[in-house]
Amino acid sequence: MSTAEPHFDAQAAREARRERRFTRINAADKWFQLLGLGWITPILKAIAGDNPGAQVSEIWRQLGVPLLAIAGFLGLWAALAPTVQTSLGAIPGPAVVWEEAVNLHKDAQNKADSRAQFQEQVATLNERRVSQGKDPIVRTYTGAPSYYAQIWTSIKTVFFGFLIASIVAMPLGIMAGLSPTANAALNPIVQIFKPVSPLAWLPIVTMVVSAAYVTQDGWFAKSFLTSAITVTLCSLWPTLINTALGVSSIDKDLVNVSKVLKMNTYTKVTKLVLPSALPLIFTGLRLSLGVGWMVLIAAEMLAQNPGLGKFVWDEFQNGSSSSLAKIMVAVLTIGIIGFMLDRVMFALQSLFTFTNNR
Amino acid sequence: MKNFLLSLAATTALASPAMAELLNLEKDELTFGFIKLTDMAPLAVAYEQGYFLDEGLFVTLEAQANWKVLLDRVIDGQLAGAHMLAGQPLAATIGYGTEAHIVTPFSMDLNGNGITVSNEVWDMMRPHISSMDDGRPQHPISAEALVPVIEEFNAKGEAFNMGMVFPVSTHNYELRYWLAAGGINPGYYSPENITGQIGADVFLSVTPPPQMPATLEAGTIHGYCVGEPWNQQAVFKGIGVPVITDHQVWRNNPEKVFGLTADFVEENPNTTKALTRALIRAAMWLDENDNANREEAVKILSRPEYVGADYEVIANSMTGTFEFEKGDVREIPDFNVFFRHNATYPYYSDAIWYLTQMRRWGQISEPKTDAWFKEVAQSVYRPDLYLEAAKSLVDEGLADAADFPWESDGYKAPTPAADIIDAIPYDGRTPNAYLESLPIGLKGNQLVVGDKIQG
Repeated sequence: MSTAEPHFDAQAAREARRERRFTRINAADKWFQLLGLGWITPILKAIAGDNPGAQVSEIWRQLGVPLLAIAGFLGLWAALAPTVQTSLGAIPGPAVVWEEAVNLHKDAQNKADSRAQFQEQVATLNERRVSQGKDPIVRTYTGAPSYYAQIWTSIKTVFFGFLIASIVAMPLGIMAGLSPTANAALNPIVQIFKPVSPLAWLPIVTMVVSAAYVTQDGWFAKSFLTSAITVTLCSLWPTLINTALGVSSIDKDLVNVSKVLKMNTYTKVTKLVLPSALPLIFTGLRLSLGVGWMVLIAAEMLAQNPGLGKFVWDEFQNGSSSSLAKIMVAVLTIGIIGFMLDRVMFALQSLFTFTNNR
Repeated sequence: MKNFLLSLAATTALASPAMAELLNLEKDELTFGFIKLTDMAPLAVAYEQGYFLDEGLFVTLEAQANWKVLLDRVIDGQLAGAHMLAGQPLAATIGYGTEAHIVTPFSMDLNGNGITVSNEVWDMMRPHISSMDDGRPQHPISAEALVPVIEEFNAKGEAFNMGMVFPVSTHNYELRYWLAAGGINPGYYSPENITGQIGADVFLSVTPPPQMPATLEAGTIHGYCVGEPWNQQAVFKGIGVPVITDHQVWRNNPEKVFGLTADFVEENPNTTKALTRALIRAAMWLDENDNANREEAVKILSRPEYVGADYEVIANSMTGTFEFEKGDVREIPDFNVFFRHNATYPYYSDAIWYLTQMRRWGQISEPKTDAWFKEVAQSVYRPDLYLEAAKSLVDEGLADAADFPWESDGYKAPTPAADIIDAIPYDGRTPNAYLESLPIGLKGNQLVVGDKIQG
């Protein structure tokens, strides 16, 4: 510190550290963007000492404006909601909805208490069984599911339906993309079934599931299968269409290369077609999952699958003074989960594809 | 060893009556369906008081979207059993609507419904209703007061629409009974036209119970007949006025039943017995000590997973009172009866009354013999199963033998004229003679052909 030379060294070292820090920030930036947290980067950069002025305007654009928009939305909501009167009272404002969200969380915790009580009752029952020379039994909890359990059911259902849809749609899409004949055959069918609403499918699916799934193995509840298959039927199409498009728009040079190398179909598909079509396939999957999530809520309402859709329907039927606020909580939950599902797909897409073509 | 266990069971039985011998259940995990109405209470209570678990039954209760979904799910086995409209097992068994043999070992309650009209209609009706000394309307209100209102609607070229919950619901028949008792024709069904609006003065249509207040408010219907809490809900929201309860139309009329498929009952006799035992205990708890437990019951029902309406709304009718116009609260201690008056015993005569109403309005299009009515009632209502469960409860000291009609042949004593709004007595042994005694409705060999009654 006292001599010049170490001081110079230290400065060089600091410079190098700074460089490294920026490289790290830029590397992390990719991940922040992925998670929708892009505004962290300029903050980190500002902390690291990079041109504060530019960073502030960046922070303003990425963080300030969205926050302001949300605040404006909340303000409008709070001001306008009480003016809409329904037979269940006024439309709840943000504060009431927040309170109800807290209540739902507390409810979920109370459910844990009733679960404990249930275990106690089962223990008593088992004592009696043993004293009467019977084997004790273990059974799952029979009480009403908590809000979180309902969210979980919905997520499981949508992924199950989405998985089936993807397994069916991707091979069909690849087929349609590779062969114009297959495309001509599939096209009219796709065009006709694509715009069909889940509400139209549901009665048919319900009847087919109850007729076809008669085993009592307890693997799936019928209501679960009904909603999941309805999701499948509606989320097939974006994947199918985008896969076909991705496959058919593959670079002609690559196709020629495959001909020169005399690749068989399997190698061609795995080595050439799939890698180059992947970005569009993922776009299709992302759209499919989004459609599936939207469809699921409607399907659950009608099929009585114990997820978020049923929650909304039940609250509508309850018609209590807190029902509207609870439905609002569900609406926001549905929106946030839909957003997160989209982010998950986006992240997967970034991991699997090398191009910037998203 | 067996003796030792028996003596152990005996001593523990003395210590705690719940320590009875467990049945060998064929099935112990069951899902029961219900509609969000206060009369599902026996199910909620049997769960919350642990009566199901006392029998070794692991029951999940699940609210259903509407009566049709509920019935279909019982038939295809997704639900082991359900809270049903009394007409549903009968209609399903005779093949009106979805055909399936449904039976009931347990009747869930008496009364519990009301007829509500919109504020507009009430204002038009009120001048035609006489007042008591204190200025409040004189009860019971006859549908005659509605006649000038319907005329006024028709003069404006508007149809007078009312809602009920299901074509074979208690509410449909009660609303029709009340209207017909006031000289209003609620319309007929025929095999070709199942709207039930043939020749109607008032047009009835189906709306699920929880949506009734919203539909009334929207102006799609001008009145409705529904179970609680949806009449009191209209009073609370200030959108309608209940004019009469079914208790005033027909004192202690039978309401919901617990329905199971005949196959389930045959394959699972012990499970059926166990669940009937649990339900009887729940019904006893609900009516115990002069309705002492009702407030606690209302607390349970107001939870979102059961009925879910506000406590005050449910309490209004469950605790012995009923609010008509806002502020006009009247004592009706028997508005909801769950156990008294042998409410849980499945009487053939109750089944036959519903069948006579199906015949009266053309849902049963052909004439039937008295013997046919009896035969159908006996294949659906199963007092034998009920009494078997009741007897085992009495033997274990969990119920009082005096509360059950052991010697009954399944027919209630004929309902006297004084208990019914239009003073027409009912005897379940002679359904065809009863049909003859009703002024409006099909009788004898009459058929509905096109939009005319023939014969």
